[in-house]
Amino acid sequence: MICQVCREKPATVHVTKVVNNVRTELHLCQQCARERGELHVLSTPSFAISNLLAGLLQGDLGHEVHVGIPDGAGRKCRTCGRDYSEFVNSGFLGCADCYSEFAPLLNPLLGRIHGHVRHTGKAPRRAGKAVRFRREIDDLRRRLQQYVEAEEYEKAAIVRDEIRRLEKAAAEVEIDGTGGDAEAKEKGGSGDGGEETV
Amino acid sequence: MAAKRPYEKNRAVWMAGDGPDADIVVSSRVRLARNLRGVPFPQQANDEQMKSVLEQVMGAVRATPSIGPTEILALQELLPIERQLAVEEHLTSPQHIQDPKNKAIVLNRDKSVSIMVNEEDHMRIQTILPGFQLEEALRLASVTDDAVEETIDYAFDENLGYLCACPTNVGTGLRASVMVHLPALALVGMVGQVLGAVSKVGVAVRGAYGEGTEAIGNMFQISNQVTMGRAEEEIVAHLKAVCGQLADSERNARKAIMSDARNQLEDRVWRSYGLLTNARIISSDEALKLISDVKLGADLGIIPDLPQSCFTVLSVDIMPAHVQDFVGKELTAWERDMCRATLIRERLGMNKEEH
Repeated sequence: MICQVCREKPATVHVTKVVNNVRTELHLCQQCARERGELHVLSTPSFAISNLLAGLLQGDLGHEVHVGIPDGAGRKCRTCGRDYSEFVNSGFLGCADCYSEFAPLLNPLLGRIHGHVRHTGKAPRRAGKAVRFRREIDDLRRRLQQYVEAEEYEKAAIVRDEIRRLEKAAAEVEIDGTGGDAEAKEKGGSGDGGEETV
Repeated sequence: MAAKRPYEKNRAVWMAGDGPDADIVVSSRVRLARNLRGVPFPQQANDEQMKSVLEQVMGAVRATPSIGPTEILALQELLPIERQLAVEEHLTSPQHIQDPKNKAIVLNRDKSVSIMVNEEDHMRIQTILPGFQLEEALRLASVTDDAVEETIDYAFDENLGYLCACPTNVGTGLRASVMVHLPALALVGMVGQVLGAVSKVGVAVRGAYGEGTEAIGNMFQISNQVTMGRAEEEIVAHLKAVCGQLADSERNARKAIMSDARNQLEDRVWRSYGLLTNARIISSDEALKLISDVKLGADLGIIPDLPQSCFTVLSVDIMPAHVQDFVGKELTAWERDMCRATLIRERLGMNKEEH
């Protein structure tokens, strides 16, 4: 194919434009394309995450005025003293506790940024272990409650002992992250699996 | 230069220019953002807290042999030009060196692992490897992370994951990125379209030096956008798939040009080579654009005998701090442009004994 403009060189640039639903196709050589300004090598405009974030947040605040959720004005993190408006302007939170301090404002934002508000990836080995224990203990407590309500006291007693054992193991993990409690956890898991029939 | 220079000048391993798909993928990088429990993030922390973070991280690095031999570079002890060298080699960020107080870079021997201390977060563990090696970069980062975590308590929330100064990083704290060279897509005018398409699937496109930098010389940094709700391996696998497709489109474009417009391409490549090897004054932007053409020519066998590594090294060596380091003194922008031209001629002349 030959360039439509100079009719000399081969066309290496193929431009399809749709303007007002009218589709035009252009086949140009490199040089003619550049002269006509059709060859735009993408140059990313200056773009900072914090600007985008500030935009999202401001949208958020505007939205909240309508819905009636308290907006962030004047809110401060009780741990580090970071003002919510500082976060809106800079895109940076002050400390780890800001996440819980500003949770009602932040969580919708996190959902919009990530599409999720729950971490499913890696956990620190020590904290991660404690987290797993805590989840399991919560689970067992719920089961214990069910057994008690159903007056199945023998099963309840087994679960109660299991909770105590796990709590002890969890406490050890919190103290020194190296306790080899992985198997204890496994046993706990399969043990209450058997009681599932209630 | 009598003073002992604390910044080791050995080439970072990512600059080797080899690795899988090195004709298109220059480097693969993984960054994990981590913060210490109970200490405000750097923006909010006072000097004492920043200092304590620095000491704790240094202690952790020294205490864990599994990281391997490392060097801890306090930014305050480096000359301004040395800090700039580290940025140009992608071992730290422009933001990190702005105010050097209580900040440091931890580097391993081959500079494949670096830890930025007190950047936007207390720690940013970064691994950077040549070519398309995302999984290996993740593995290396994760090993380093585990080693540090042996002595340091991280700010971690059971639901939100690793807590970071900016909510765009919370969760895994993972930013994986791949530096790709897409000259043929640019030549056929498709680069905007292709990159526009990938940005719709949760992938961000930036210039070579990160946020807010322009893509010069057809180098693009492709990275994941979402850090929460997906496991690290999933994030990396997704990015790998997207970049694999990008590399395929680039290869197709190269093939198309070679079959339809080989003469024009050869002309362009050799003209650029001519400029690079003869110019007496050259800006870094112009040099990067010409290097892009010549690298494409070398990748396609148009210019023989130029090793791939020379382009990766050259594209770093023509940056302002590297040019000044080359001549051993501070230079005005004008003097830099002249020294840069000399440097390029020397480098390319070394590899090719013609003319």
